[in-house]
Amino acid sequence: MSGVSKWYGTFKVLNEVSLEIQRGERVVVCGPSGSGKSTLIRCINRLEEHQKGDIYVKGIELNDSVKNIAAIRSSLGMVFQSFNLFPHLTVLENLTIGPTLVRHMKRKDAEERAMHFLRKVRIPEQAHKYPLQLSGGQQQRVAIARSLCMEPEIMLFDEPTSALDPEMIKEVLDTMIELAESGMTMIVVTHEMGFARTVADNVILMADGNIVERAEPGEFFSHPKHERTRTFLDQILKH
Amino acid sequence: MARSEILEHHAELPPVLASGPWRWMHRHFFSSVGQTFLTIVVAAITIRTLWFLLQWAVLDAVWVASGPQACRDAAGACWAVIVEKHRPILFGMYPYDQHWRLVLMIVIYLTTVIASLTPACWKRSILIPMWIAAVTAITVLMFGGVFGLPYVPTSEWGGLPLTIILFTGSVLFGMPIAVLLALGRRSPLPVARGLSVVFIESLRGVPLITILFVAVNIFPLFLPAGMEVNKLLRITLSIAVFFACYQAEVIRGGLQAIPRGQYEAAASLNMTYWQTTLRIILPQALRICLPAMTNHIIAAMKNTSFVIIIGLFDILTATTAVMQDPLWRQFYIEAYLFVALIYLVFGLALSMYARRVESWVAVGRI
Repeated sequence: MSGVSKWYGTFKVLNEVSLEIQRGERVVVCGPSGSGKSTLIRCINRLEEHQKGDIYVKGIELNDSVKNIAAIRSSLGMVFQSFNLFPHLTVLENLTIGPTLVRHMKRKDAEERAMHFLRKVRIPEQAHKYPLQLSGGQQQRVAIARSLCMEPEIMLFDEPTSALDPEMIKEVLDTMIELAESGMTMIVVTHEMGFARTVADNVILMADGNIVERAEPGEFFSHPKHERTRTFLDQILKH
Repeated sequence: MARSEILEHHAELPPVLASGPWRWMHRHFFSSVGQTFLTIVVAAITIRTLWFLLQWAVLDAVWVASGPQACRDAAGACWAVIVEKHRPILFGMYPYDQHWRLVLMIVIYLTTVIASLTPACWKRSILIPMWIAAVTAITVLMFGGVFGLPYVPTSEWGGLPLTIILFTGSVLFGMPIAVLLALGRRSPLPVARGLSVVFIESLRGVPLITILFVAVNIFPLFLPAGMEVNKLLRITLSIAVFFACYQAEVIRGGLQAIPRGQYEAAASLNMTYWQTTLRIILPQALRICLPAMTNHIIAAMKNTSFVIIIGLFDILTATTAVMQDPLWRQFYIEAYLFVALIYLVFGLALSMYARRVESWVAVGRI
C-alpha cells in the first residue's frame, strides 16, 4: 500500500501510510491505542474504506469493484479481538458455513476440512458445542480455524489476545506460532511483545496514523532508532 | 409493592426457621392489622363473585332446552343457545348441508399447523409438500366445484374457517413483507430505505378499518375495467400489510441488537449481503424479538374481526348476525362468551407455544 489515508469524520486516522509486505512475511504492528493500527489492517480487507492512496493485495487493486473486493477477501483471513463467532451456530457450523456457502463445497468435504483445522487448534472435541459454551481462548482458536477453513494466503489478526484472560493468551499465541511456522503470511496487531520477538520478521510501530519505525525484532527491541519507539517500549515493558 | 415491603421488613428479623402453609399465610396475608382487614375484605369479595359465577354459569344454567322459553324461566346462563346456534356461529352463511367440509378443513388446518410447529418436522422435504397438500385440500374443500362438491363462492364463507384463513393468510404473507420492510429500512440504498420508511409510517398511522375500506371500496376503482381481484384476497393482503408494518419495526429492533462484528465476520468470509442476512443476521435477530413478534401475531388474530365493516362474516360478525334472531336475542352474552373462549384457546395456544420456543432458544436447541 502506498500513501494510504483515512479519516473518521475530520479526524485523520491514517496519514499517508506506505507499507509493503512480502509473501511469507510475518509482521507485528504495535503502538498506542488510537494510533491507527487496527484501522490499517481493517482497510486491507475493506472493513474500512480508505479515502486516499492505493492498496494492492497480490497485484489486485482494492477499489470500489465488488469483484476485486471479493477476490482480495478470498485470499485474506481475519481474526478479531472479540472473536465474532456466530453464536447461533455450532462450532462445526461456524467452520463449514464459509466453505459451503461461499465456496460451494460439499457439506461432507467442508466438515472434514473443519475437523482437520479443529485438530490443528487442538479442540476437535468441542465441534458440536455452541461458541458461548467455550472459554475465550477456545473461542479465539475456533475463530482462527474458521478463517483457515477458507484457505487464505494472508492472515490478519486484530488484537487477537486483548479480550482474553492471561491464562488463555498462551494457548492462542501457541496456535499463532504454529501457524507462523507453517509459512503463513501474517499481519498481527498486538501488544504481545514476546510473540513479536520470537515470531515476527518485522515489527512496526505506529503512532498518530504514521508508521514511526519498522525494523527486525532484534533491532527494534534493543536499538530502537526513534524516540517515540523508546518511550512506547518503556511504557509497555516496564512491568 | 406491599409484598416487597413486607419481605424487607422481615429481612431484619432473626432467620425464620419454621415454614409451611400457615407460616406463609401469616407472612403474606395476616402480618398486620391493616393487612388482615384487607385480606378479609378481598377474600369476601372474591368468594361472593365466584359463588355468583358458579350459580349463574353452572348451578342455575340451562344446558339443553327444546326452546328459548326454558331459558327465560331459568335464573342462570342459557348454554342451550350455543347448542342451538353453534353451527351458524362457527360456520356463518356457508350452506348448511356442506358444513362437514368446514369441519374437515379445520381438522386439516390444525394438523398442518401443529406439525409445522414441531421441530422434528422442520425440514424442507416435509414442510413444503405438507403445506402444498394442505392448501390444495383446503382450497378444494372451501370452494368445491370439483369431485361432485357444490361450488361455494367466497361471499358465502364465514365463521371460524374465515377467521382462520384471514389470520393464517395475513401472517404468512405478512412475515416476509415485514422482514423485507425491516431490512429495507436499514438498507444502505437510499431508495429502498426511503420507500420502506414511507410505507411503514404511512400505513402505521392509519387505522386498520380505513385500510380495509380502501381495499374493498376504493382499490377496485383503480383497476382496469373487467379486472377483478377477489375480495377475500384483497382483505387478507390488507391485514397482512398492516400486520407487516408493525412487525417490521419489531424486527428492526432485533436487527439493531446484532453487533457489528457479526457483519464484519461474515464479510471477511466473503459472504454476500443475502447470505449474511439470511444465514447470520436474521436467525439471530428473529430469536431476539420473538416475544414481541408473538405479541403482534396474537393481535393479528384478533384484528381479523375488523372485517365486520366490509361485510365479511368472520366468527365474531357471524355471532352478531345469528343473535339477531328475536327468539334467542336476549342470550347474546352466552354466545359471545363462547366466541371469546375460542379466541382465548387460540391466543393461549400461541403464547404458550411462543414461550416454549423461547425456552428452546435459551438452551440453544434451535
